[in-house]
Amino acid sequence: MNPARGSLLGIEHLEAAEILKLLKFARRMNPDKPPTWLKGKRVVLLFYEASTRTRSSFEFAAKLMGAHTVLIQSVGSSIEKGESLLDTGYTVRALGADIIIIRHPNAGAPQVMAEHIDVPIINAGDGLHEHPSQALLDAYTILRNKKTFKGLQVSIVGDIFHSRVARSACHLLSKFGVKIVLCGPPELAPDIATTLAPGVRVTRHIEEGLRGTDVVMLLRVQTERLAGMKIDLAEYIARYQMTPARLKMAKKGAIVMHPGPIIRGLELTGEVADGAQARILEEVRNGVPTRMAILARAMGRMR
Amino acid sequence: MINPNKNRSSLVIQGGHLIDPAARIDVPMDVLLRDGRVAEVAPPGKIKGGADEKFDARGLIVAPGFIDLHVHLREPGQAHKETIASGTAAAAAGGFTSVCTMPNTVPVVDSVEWIEWLRQPDRGALVNVFAIAAATRASKGIALTDFRALQSAGAIAVTDDGKPILDDNIMREALTLGGELNFPVVQHAEDTRMTENCSMHAGARSFRLGLRGMTASAEASIVERDVQLAMYIPNARLHVAHLSTADALKSVRRAKRARAKVTFEVTPHHFTLTDEDMRDYDSNYKMNPPLRSASDREAIVAALADGTVDAIATDHAPHAVHEKTMEFERAAFGITGLETALALSITRLHRESRIPLARVVELFTAGPVRCVDLRGRGSLAQGCVADVTIFDPKKKWRYDASQSRSKSKNTPFDGWELTGQVVATIVGGKIVFTA
Repeated sequence: MNPARGSLLGIEHLEAAEILKLLKFARRMNPDKPPTWLKGKRVVLLFYEASTRTRSSFEFAAKLMGAHTVLIQSVGSSIEKGESLLDTGYTVRALGADIIIIRHPNAGAPQVMAEHIDVPIINAGDGLHEHPSQALLDAYTILRNKKTFKGLQVSIVGDIFHSRVARSACHLLSKFGVKIVLCGPPELAPDIATTLAPGVRVTRHIEEGLRGTDVVMLLRVQTERLAGMKIDLAEYIARYQMTPARLKMAKKGAIVMHPGPIIRGLELTGEVADGAQARILEEVRNGVPTRMAILARAMGRMR
Repeated sequence: MINPNKNRSSLVIQGGHLIDPAARIDVPMDVLLRDGRVAEVAPPGKIKGGADEKFDARGLIVAPGFIDLHVHLREPGQAHKETIASGTAAAAAGGFTSVCTMPNTVPVVDSVEWIEWLRQPDRGALVNVFAIAAATRASKGIALTDFRALQSAGAIAVTDDGKPILDDNIMREALTLGGELNFPVVQHAEDTRMTENCSMHAGARSFRLGLRGMTASAEASIVERDVQLAMYIPNARLHVAHLSTADALKSVRRAKRARAKVTFEVTPHHFTLTDEDMRDYDSNYKMNPPLRSASDREAIVAALADGTVDAIATDHAPHAVHEKTMEFERAAFGITGLETALALSITRLHRESRIPLARVVELFTAGPVRCVDLRGRGSLAQGCVADVTIFDPKKKWRYDASQSRSKSKNTPFDGWELTGQVVATIVGGKIVFTA
């Protein structure tokens, strides 16, 4: 079965025109005066993995537009008892779900769900694969600050290998001709990453990674996903931690982004996190209108 | 046509083109089977005396019965995936007259009792089943099984398939004892310390899909270690299962040049598909070893063409729908393969890569008997066992997995149009399958 119309499984297979349309649509979403397009609809948040920002902003977005929401987490549900992904999906569908938002530790889980369940499936992050709503809200944030993608360079620093945010961001930005520089040690920023999309390059040196860049996107070292990989955190900090001094290597007026959660003292210092160039909390704020747009699109309301 | 259920003592196969690589025959020949053996091979129309039955093989290739060195029949313990009866029915439909079944069952086949159980007529085998026993107790890689007793009970080799022997010393012991008994040790080459949580080949595609990848080196390092041991242990017989990487191939080539008793098999899926073929987390593309890069595939096709590869084996690995339809990373490894092996070989190797049909037949017949001892099989010389595979090398057909004789349908080749179809499978002089 093909995914239901309005599903959002990833950025990779979305057309640039569709992305632009979504971003423009998101600009029209006002959380203070929300349209009630989801009135009476049932939105299920199926979270197999921890989340703060994504979960709560999807929940706000759905509720603001009038939906009933239910949160199902792996802990404290039948998932704990061994129920399969699809059986949970069928159960939720039988309960009348109109949209299923799923976060899962395994790459491709939303795809499997979308192939078997006939309601829009929204990927809220699947393993190391994609995090499309994050990429969209980041693009929204970039456009709010930089007006256009034209001529931009975005540097992504840190744990790219384990980052679904990085993969989605590369796919999205590449579609608009943005130059993308990935920066980190070989274990975290492998050379193979350049095959992800056109215009992506990799560097090991933070100076080179930051030179001439308009946007610095920082990523957390996902220690919980290292799976035997050895990373010397002290060395990582010495070579890649974003400090006010390093940030000066970027273009004047460069903005600092981070999908969160941030770990102060690791991938960035407190000064950078709280500094004038940081847009980290703006990203969080922008998550709500972006996700309102994603949910409205799922219900066929995007014009 | 012939009634396959009728018991007969003699059968003459007339008008066919005989390809028997072991006997260096590749010409039209008639074959007379009598009392389970090959009684006579003669030019068309030259067989004297009558036979109870005739098989008209005009326009068809007549070959020694195919042998699959690597199948999972799932018994004992996992009859929901496959049984010996259903698996051998699929084998017969694929032209295989003999299959070698792997011991990674529940429980593991590591004792004489289980070998005997597998060999009982009650299992309902339609073709010959040869047991490969576990190399270590419960395949835990700690203590060797009783090779001598297992061999006496009928096991043809030992392996810890799926759980490779990592400990150097255990592998050395296995090859040493195997060498003394002329008993092959089959290794699934994978350094599992390097492949934790991995579900496909490490490359651009795995990075894109966010799946942890198995590196080629995880296979090559174990093959290299095993080859080194095999070259220095007297009479050691090492058989590398489902070799999939160009790097591992280099080690095996070197061992063969040094005249070590090292043999290996490759699978139809590894010479047909690459890691880039998998779309949308389809777990019918998930197997171990995984589909590799295009350059690995090319290296394997070259080795099939130049005579280096000993055998094509399917690694037929049936799984129930619910074990495959789930998160890709959690889905079971393995695909079915018995019914598509010959057609994929003809389509991809003979027609596309111009490998002679006689070489393809060798990879299913004379090749496998170089790897394990199956006396009287792999050839149709006079006196050999009357196992015969008859196929039409030009027939186009579409594979429909829903019609599979296997209990499981987990194949990436469902709906594929293929060339080369099995027409009849004869085991011990009896026709067990006709198309």
